[in-house]
Amino acid sequence: MSLLVFTGASQFAAVGTVSAGGEPLSALGTALLLAARNGVYSLSIAEILPTNRLKRLIAAQLVIDETAAMSEAQPVPEVSQEAFWVTGLSVYIFWNAGTLVGVMAGQVVGDPLSWGLDAAFPAGFLALLLPHLSDRKKRLAALLGAAIAVISIPFLPQGLPVLAAAFGAAIAAAVGSKKRRKHHK
Amino acid sequence: MSWVMILSLAGGCYFFKLAGLVVAGKARPSPLLDRVLSGLTPAVLAGLIVVQTFDGGGTLDVGAGAVGLLIGGVAARRGAPFVVVLVLAAGVTAVLRLL
Repeated sequence: MSLLVFTGASQFAAVGTVSAGGEPLSALGTALLLAARNGVYSLSIAEILPTNRLKRLIAAQLVIDETAAMSEAQPVPEVSQEAFWVTGLSVYIFWNAGTLVGVMAGQVVGDPLSWGLDAAFPAGFLALLLPHLSDRKKRLAALLGAAIAVISIPFLPQGLPVLAAAFGAAIAAAVGSKKRRKHHK
Repeated sequence: MSWVMILSLAGGCYFFKLAGLVVAGKARPSPLLDRVLSGLTPAVLAGLIVVQTFDGGGTLDVGAGAVGLLIGGVAARRGAPFVVVLVLAAGVTAVLRLL
C-alpha cells in the first residue's frame, strides 16, 4: 500500500476508517479527499519538474507534502528540481522501509498514540513550513490557510478543511495585488 | 483492506498528483496566477498541520498534541535538527498523555 498509494494521510485515513468498522466506500472517499491536496501541490510545483514525459510521470508519484515544501523553499530553480528528487526518493525509500518495519514490529510497540507519534507528523510539517514564512506573501497565505482550516473543521467532512485551506493562497494573492495597485496611484 | 480498495486508492491518488501537472502545463502564465501558485504550498501545509493537530473527528480538540506541536515548532525555529523536532514533539505529547 505504501509503495502504490504513497501519500501518508490518505493511507492512515483509509486504514483507520476500515479498521474502525467503517464502510470501505466512505473510507475510500475520505482518503481521496485527503489526496486531492497533492493535486494542488503538483499544480504549484509543475514549473520546476522535468519536461521529459517519462520523468514527469515518475515525478508525479513523488508529489507529496514533503517534496512540495522542500523544492519550493529553494531560491534557485535548478536546486529546486534537485531538492525535489532527493526528497522524493529518500522519503519513498524510508516510508516503505518504515512500513515494513512497522508491519513486523507493530504488535510489540502497542498503541502509537501513547508514544505521541501522531504529534510527530504536524511538527515535521511545521519544520518544513518555517522556511516559507520568511516571505511576507507566503506567510499571509499560510496564516489564512490555517485560519480557514480551523474554522471549517466542525462543518466540513474530513479531508475538505485541508483543501479549503488552499483558498488562503487565493485570498493572499488578491490582497497583494490590491495593495500593489494602490501603491501605483 | 482489500486489494481492490488499495488499487482504487492508488489510482485515485496518482490521478490527483498527475492532474495538477497536466493542468499547470496548459495554463497561461500571469502574474496573479503566479502569486496564487506560490502561496498554495504554504497555505495547504498550514491547513494540514492545523487539521492533524486539532481535528478530533469533526470537533476542535486542543490536547496534548497541540503542546507537542508548539514545543516542536519552537525547537525548529531555533534551528534544531529535523529528527530532534520529531522526537521532541512526540515525546512531549506522550508524556502529557501519561499524566
